[in-house]
Amino acid sequence: MKPRWSTVWPALIAGVTFVALWYGTRAMISPARDFMLPPPHEVLAAFGEHSTELLSASRNTGIGALLGFSLAVVVAALLALTLSLSNLIRAGLYPYLMMMQMMPVIVIAPILVLWAGAGLPSVTIITFLICFFPLVVNTTQGLISTDRRLVELFKMYRATKWQEIVRLRVPAALPYFFTGLRIAGTLAPIGAIVGDFSAGNSAGNGGGLGFLTLIYGAQFKMAALFATVLSGCVLGFVFVAAVSGLSWLCLHQWHDSYEKSDN
Amino acid sequence: MSEVTASACSVQFDAVVKKFGDGPTVLQDINFIANDGDFVAIIGPSGCGKSTLLRLLAGLVPITAGQVKIDGAAPGPESPELAYVFQEPTLLAWQRVAANVELPLVLRKVPANERAAIVHRCLSQVRLSDRADAFPRQLSGGQQMRVSIARALAIEPQLLLLDEPFGALDEMTRNHLNEELLALREEAAWTAFFVTHSVAEAVFLANRVVIMSANPGRIAHEVAIDLPYPRTQATREDSTFQQLVAQVSSLLRSVEEETT
Repeated sequence: MKPRWSTVWPALIAGVTFVALWYGTRAMISPARDFMLPPPHEVLAAFGEHSTELLSASRNTGIGALLGFSLAVVVAALLALTLSLSNLIRAGLYPYLMMMQMMPVIVIAPILVLWAGAGLPSVTIITFLICFFPLVVNTTQGLISTDRRLVELFKMYRATKWQEIVRLRVPAALPYFFTGLRIAGTLAPIGAIVGDFSAGNSAGNGGGLGFLTLIYGAQFKMAALFATVLSGCVLGFVFVAAVSGLSWLCLHQWHDSYEKSDN
Repeated sequence: MSEVTASACSVQFDAVVKKFGDGPTVLQDINFIANDGDFVAIIGPSGCGKSTLLRLLAGLVPITAGQVKIDGAAPGPESPELAYVFQEPTLLAWQRVAANVELPLVLRKVPANERAAIVHRCLSQVRLSDRADAFPRQLSGGQQMRVSIARALAIEPQLLLLDEPFGALDEMTRNHLNEELLALREEAAWTAFFVTHSVAEAVFLANRVVIMSANPGRIAHEVAIDLPYPRTQATREDSTFQQLVAQVSSLLRSVEEETT
């Protein structure tokens, strides 16, 4: 799919307008306080100045996000399969899954640091906790929403339970799974940054973007802080693009959500 | 192409009663015998249990009282091959046309080298050989229904159960598919139960039309259709055909008036 000019130029104009507003806003702030909003070119310069730290922090956060995200996908898929097989198990576990989702991650960070140690292990677990819920809920919903007639068809052809799961329930649940995956994909980098912010560890260059914001904040390096935030955005974009690409690969040939429109 | 060796089968309903839980009686005292190769059309007002009758035969719902026998025995794993065609095509959206037709063979663990030949034959029977690699959503409603029929034929069924298969299609497509279905019947032997809301379709396809009444569902009338096969477009213009359509229509009307 080639991006069309008609979708590119509005975004370009909006981007240019945003930068202009940024400069304009800064010009209106009194010189005594304008350090609060560094101009775009200073933020760009900060990218160059702190490139080593930013790259290493982005890499560490990316690894934590990817590990937590992957772990969540595997565990959520297995749990969703279990939940879909039995109403009893579903009724028994659902309230606790809901409770897990209500858990304030920031508050349990200190517990995780004590249990797993600061740095990557804690960041991975926090990312896992944040990604897990939308994946389980969506995948389970997909696995129990299979077309009743198709289930009957499999029954009439005397399919085994295993054939029904592999050839019917799992593929039919894919669109739901990818809905969960898209949500988890946007949450993973945020989860890793929040995790790093509250349970990070800079020992041995292990710090991520969250930890870096703590350091730059303490040093009042506003331009570097902005650059750190933007790095987080880029990381998030990479995640979302990867998940969208994967979803397109698996669904575009057959699923109605990828139906080509005429306009 | 191998000769089709499977034969049709007989079906016997013996004082069959169906209730869902404590609800009203859906089917009451159904007695009916379909002989080898019969094409039975079932017609009746909504809620008369037409579909339930097919679902009982397919073993999808249990019988409350009475007996169903296929070739003289209760339905079970040893029963003659049975295929069911739903009102909707009910295809696997993520599988191409050929794989959809192949599905029952895969589930039955038919060896791969045999499967390809069967799929090829069934697709050419419904004139869709050139769409083997398409996904269902790329086909029209009529084409999807033909894939569904090809899938049903793949296991060489002796009993074919069709639950308003062409109900959602326009009349032209429906007439075409009716003729194709009868042409397929010339090539293989099966006994068919065909539920429909269209009197003309019932008379065109069947050698026996069963008219059911509702509350509770019972067999009210049966009309023998003594028109010779093969039937074609010319059959629809035949005066005997039109008289039979009028006769079945008036019986259906009388049944509907009784019900309301």
